[in-house]
Amino acid sequence: MERIETNFSMFDQDIPDEMFENLDSSEKSTDDITSPSISYWKNAWVRLKKDPLAMLGIIIIIIITIASIIGPMLIPYSYDGMDITIQNQGPTAAHWFGTDKFGRDIFVRTLYGARISLTIGFLAAFLNGVIGVLYGGFSGFIGGRIDLIMMRIVDVITSVPSLLYIILIMMFLGNNIQSILIALCLTYWTGTARQVRSQILTLKHQDFVLAARVIGENKLQILTSHLIPNSMGPIIVTITFLIPQAIFQEAFLSFLGIGIQVPMASWGTLANDAIPALFTQPYQMFFPVLAISFTMLALNFIGDGLRDALDPRLKK
Amino acid sequence: MAKYIIKRLLAGLISLWVLITITFFLMHSIPGGPFSPAEERKIPPEVLAKIEASYGLDKPLYIQYVNYLNNLLHGDLGISFKDRDTLVNDLIERGFPVSARVGIVAVIISLCIGVPLGIISAIYKTKWIDRASMIFATIGISIPGFVITVLMMFFFCVKFKIFPTFGLSSPLHYVLPVAGLSFYPIAYITRLLRSSMLETMRQDYIRTARSKGVKEIMVIAKHALRNSLMPVVTYLGPLIAGLLTGGFVVERLFSIPGIGREFVSSVGDRDYSVTLGITVFYGAFIIIANLCVDILYVIIDPRVKVEE
Repeated sequence: MERIETNFSMFDQDIPDEMFENLDSSEKSTDDITSPSISYWKNAWVRLKKDPLAMLGIIIIIIITIASIIGPMLIPYSYDGMDITIQNQGPTAAHWFGTDKFGRDIFVRTLYGARISLTIGFLAAFLNGVIGVLYGGFSGFIGGRIDLIMMRIVDVITSVPSLLYIILIMMFLGNNIQSILIALCLTYWTGTARQVRSQILTLKHQDFVLAARVIGENKLQILTSHLIPNSMGPIIVTITFLIPQAIFQEAFLSFLGIGIQVPMASWGTLANDAIPALFTQPYQMFFPVLAISFTMLALNFIGDGLRDALDPRLKK
Repeated sequence: MAKYIIKRLLAGLISLWVLITITFFLMHSIPGGPFSPAEERKIPPEVLAKIEASYGLDKPLYIQYVNYLNNLLHGDLGISFKDRDTLVNDLIERGFPVSARVGIVAVIISLCIGVPLGIISAIYKTKWIDRASMIFATIGISIPGFVITVLMMFFFCVKFKIFPTFGLSSPLHYVLPVAGLSFYPIAYITRLLRSSMLETMRQDYIRTARSKGVKEIMVIAKHALRNSLMPVVTYLGPLIAGLLTGGFVVERLFSIPGIGREFVSSVGDRDYSVTLGITVFYGAFIIIANLCVDILYVIIDPRVKVEE
């Protein structure tokens, strides 16, 4: 070591100062091998963009959403406008999806169905997400006896299929969109709550929580600004999967004739209406059913893609 | 073990009691009472009062509740509001065996197809057979069962006339209802078992078995499969519940006189005592089924520690 140092000092003495040049600033970082740091969400988005099925799903949902918003404005028929002269017509240029037994345009009814289904899906998922995050977050963070009681309540609710509760609540509140939403909100948050709780339980003993406590943040701040944001990835995946579930539940109930009632046009109602005509006018069944299938597939693709993107460890 | 079972049984009883209470009070607080306004107008008030008295509806709500619980303890679910000669117990006794036959066949079919498909997908991971079964599984999970049932009904009953549409009078009648019911479970079991198998195949003891020279088929059958079947066992509980509710659609479409069809029509007819009775029955059935699955789980997998 000493010899090398003396060598260097020898060099220093030999080379006059004028001979040193300033290094070009572009060469400064040549041996810097790190790429610019990408945030968790940006990284997830990059991964999601690489998933063709998820992107396909997003495109399908965007198309259906736009069509359901502006479609009914462009089409000269209303969802409940009857016209006896054009009963049970197959698909034509004027009526793309044909007409039903009252001469109502099925294309416009399917678009209205998309409004209902997407509204229910997104609203129910959002509301249940909020309830689930608050309930699970609180339960996991408080811990102890309160946590135990809160989780027993969840157990009791989940021990019976939520469909039974939803049917009962709808009998009580009436058959409309609001009561389906309320019914879904009273039962669907349990899965999110359980998941948030388990996330919080694993996070709350980590060092960054201790650090937050040391700098004097109160419990509420720790929960809302550290614990919940850090468990947001898996939570968003769960909430995404709630959307198709809620859409399915509404369609299922309406298909049984105990959900949204005619003349309102949900996809389930349309399919239910088409059962008697299945043998003679099958197209009346196909279009609503295709719409449900495409939406459900698209939403499941998005959910799968998000799960792989947000939580690479869960990758199947 | 005994302590665990008792604990679970108690929890199940509490769940059931909550379900009964919620259902009872919801049913009895629906505006207008169990008799629809249209009927009430036709019936003179004094007759209506007599009818209500015969159902015990003139008493205060809490007494009705206590009476209902008391009758329930004796296994009596009351009388149908729609048809005074029909006991809810009789409806269930008639409908349940029919639903159960379809349901049991569906459980067996789901396991017999889903389990092999999952194993094959895991073994031939990323080969074409795995991709094909994964596409099938994704479709099966996404598309609602009633859509698939309706489509099958259209193609096999209307277009090609292979299968009958009505009732359950021959084995051929079972094909479509069972297929409609088991589509989702097959897809779900396939996905579940595949991912669980892949997880197991990465474990050290699989490598150990292979390095000892155990034949691959024995590695899969004895070591991998046994350990990856646990999630499928857990799924049996939700599966049974799903088949019950799936029966709502299938029984309606194929005119099968099962308990699901009774339930749906009671909801449509606002026949509250039948809705209440079948809900209670469903709840009890599912809670017991889940309890059995949990006990089975502990017996099969000794690693699961019974919480003290």
